[in-house]
Amino acid sequence: MWRFIGVRLLQAIPVILVVITVTFFLVRIAPGGPFDSEKAVTREVKAALEAQYKLNLPLFQQYTSYLNDVAHGNLGPSFKYPGRSVNELIAAGFPVTAELGLYAMLVALGIGGLAGIIAALKPNTAQDYIPMSAAMIGICMPSFLLGPLLVLVFGIHLDWLPVSGWGDIPGDKILPAITLGAAYAAYIARLGRAGMLEVLSQDYIRTARAKGLPEWQVVVKHSLRGGMIPVVAFLGPAFAGLLAGSFVVETIFQIPGLGRFFVQAAFNRDYTMILGTTVFVSVLIVLFNLLSDILAAWMNPRLRAQFSQH
Amino acid sequence: MALLDVQNLAVSFVTRNGTNMAVDGISFSVELGKITAIIGESGSGKSVACYSLLGLVPMPPGRIDGGRALFEGRDLLQLEESELRKIRGRDIAMIFQDPMTCLNPYMTIGKQLMEPLLYHHRVTTEQARARALELLDEVGIRDPESTIDNYPHQFSGGMRQRVMIAMALINEPKLLIADEPTTALDVTIQAQILKLVAGLQLKRDIGVIFISHDLAVVADIADTIVVMKQGAIVESGNRERIFRNAQHPYTQKLLAAIPTDSKQPRPDAVQPLIQVRNLCTWFDQGRHREPVKAVNDVSFDINRGEVLGLVGESGSGKSTIGRSILRLVPVTSGEVSFDGTDLTTLEGRELKAMRRRMQMIFQDPFASLNPRMTVYDALAEPLLLHRIENRKTVARGVLKLMDDVGLARAFVRKYPHEFSGGQRQRIAIGRALATRPEFIVADEPVSALDVTIQAQILDLMQQLGREYGLTMLFVSHDLAVVRHLADRILVLYKGEVVEQGSGDDLFQRPQQAYTRQLLQSIPGRSLLA
Repeated sequence: MWRFIGVRLLQAIPVILVVITVTFFLVRIAPGGPFDSEKAVTREVKAALEAQYKLNLPLFQQYTSYLNDVAHGNLGPSFKYPGRSVNELIAAGFPVTAELGLYAMLVALGIGGLAGIIAALKPNTAQDYIPMSAAMIGICMPSFLLGPLLVLVFGIHLDWLPVSGWGDIPGDKILPAITLGAAYAAYIARLGRAGMLEVLSQDYIRTARAKGLPEWQVVVKHSLRGGMIPVVAFLGPAFAGLLAGSFVVETIFQIPGLGRFFVQAAFNRDYTMILGTTVFVSVLIVLFNLLSDILAAWMNPRLRAQFSQH
Repeated sequence: MALLDVQNLAVSFVTRNGTNMAVDGISFSVELGKITAIIGESGSGKSVACYSLLGLVPMPPGRIDGGRALFEGRDLLQLEESELRKIRGRDIAMIFQDPMTCLNPYMTIGKQLMEPLLYHHRVTTEQARARALELLDEVGIRDPESTIDNYPHQFSGGMRQRVMIAMALINEPKLLIADEPTTALDVTIQAQILKLVAGLQLKRDIGVIFISHDLAVVADIADTIVVMKQGAIVESGNRERIFRNAQHPYTQKLLAAIPTDSKQPRPDAVQPLIQVRNLCTWFDQGRHREPVKAVNDVSFDINRGEVLGLVGESGSGKSTIGRSILRLVPVTSGEVSFDGTDLTTLEGRELKAMRRRMQMIFQDPFASLNPRMTVYDALAEPLLLHRIENRKTVARGVLKLMDDVGLARAFVRKYPHEFSGGQRQRIAIGRALATRPEFIVADEPVSALDVTIQAQILDLMQQLGREYGLTMLFVSHDLAVVRHLADRILVLYKGEVVEQGSGDDLFQRPQQAYTRQLLQSIPGRSLLA
């Protein structure tokens, strides 16, 4: 078990190294620089600024120096927020994004899981087609369309919920969570349906029915665990996707999260901020994938036994 | 009065392609303290009939068209689902064919065992657990205290079937329906399970419906035998009458399909094609554990044109020997020579050339045929790959193979799932013969088939063996089948050869205790001898 985790973490190091390298050189290739949009500064000031942020060094030296900093957990100073480090900015923005991601995940699991199970109980009937068609729409609908639509209906037309903000007015977290979670609810519904259908066709379900158990016990006690394994395995990538994809929703709903910093950093050529958030998110992706793999294996007794041996 | 009295039961399946009569007005009864066996090949409706009694046939597409099934005076077919559920698992319990798939892999066996008791009766968890332990002990699970919290994958097939039986009996049902409970098991394990079922039935004095495709299996335990074909009962009667004086031609055919004879060894000159010397195939288990010695120091010859039978239970290493010869698993040490060439050292192109002369037939033809290739493609592939036919002549080659294995030429464009198990095995045989091999390893080729089909495939293999002048290694757990086909038999136990000889030698003068045990496991010896 520990060996497995150790190996996976070691495998992550080259992955993250590649991410850093590619991002580092890509943002440098992009035209413009961090101080181009400042009001006209004298040549001396600009040179001083560049010296301060080591931009005057050869590119490769900047790269190795950055790698060294990252290895020590230091993501460098922000170019655009003078006096603040990227670490600080991430620490400020991430809790908000994480909270939003968590709520969105709960929405996705609750709605998606339930829809998948309901659909699997009566395959190829209206009970299957209706939630699955809704799921298809959910997958196809981008959040920048769904968000404004929800705002229009529930925020403006019905005036039930606030249209933006985060933690200011009660209920202002509902619409962002639904907007972000909808697409994932749809994926989970489809995965859950497939998983449940697979399990419900197994011989041991017939055994459970032959014992005289009522249908709900057959579903809850005998099918749920096996049927939800694909969903659990998807949670890791989904959670990472939620965090990375939250910038659209954060922008729509004016939420002070990581995603907004990231978008602004990209526009401002805030090199260290772009790199820092990219590294941070890729580490999260690796970790969440690992976590969900462990969880999915843990749910399967046979794999669990193999795990505890090593 | 009978415990269960089924009258004119009719069940059909309504599909897009029309209505399919699965059970066509059958009547039978089960007495307390007696075993009624329902015999028929796959698709004869025997399982559907019994499942429909308990409402376990999915409806739709299933539909009960008529009849009555009186159980203790109540008609099961008329009961509401909620009423039927109270009977299921309490008064009528079931055991299924494949204990590998019929237990929930995500739950400990203890939880699964206790479930029917907890659901149907007001008992505490402690009481249910105590009862589960008692039953595990009764069905022969060693040390139930320490195994009750294990998961199904930690048990062998035979042990899982014992758990299934314990689970069925935990509520002391009055009627037990056993659907092919031994078909997925080795002959030796089958004998143990049959004995167990018969013993438990006698002790509890309950009624049993025993469903099987194999008359021999029920020969020792059934009181009444009902023979079904295409949804209808063709013959029924007590055991002695069916075995001694079967009236219906179908029953006679079933009886004839049970292999009982010994093949006479060939007198021709002895010229070994395959020589195996001190073969060891071990599987590593990680650094700190002893390797599994699947095959341990085995030596034998297979003569040209001979059929060598390899018999043993699961885990005896019999399949591994076949695979080792074909170099499908890495050999640990020892020598395997084919026509004078040592196979264990061959690499690359030479190995490929050698493989063309050796082929394999597997147990499960469905798993070993690519579902996305038509029969034509499956048969044409090896012909083209090994340049036996060119593009122009390949169609003729394929049709010749179809003829040889007894498949209608019209089926050539069909996919594997459109065939029955027996037909699929014919395709697999055809594919193996395509490269004109000299040597074939047949690994349990008939174990997944119904008895009647089994007999046909064995005949086919015998006939093709003669026509193609094949040398064959025939691997099986079933001594009766091997005896029917093999010139000589090797008995394998825990990776080592314990005895060898001709079929008659082994059957009439077994030297080793293990061989005797195998012989005693053959079902229905008493009635068939």
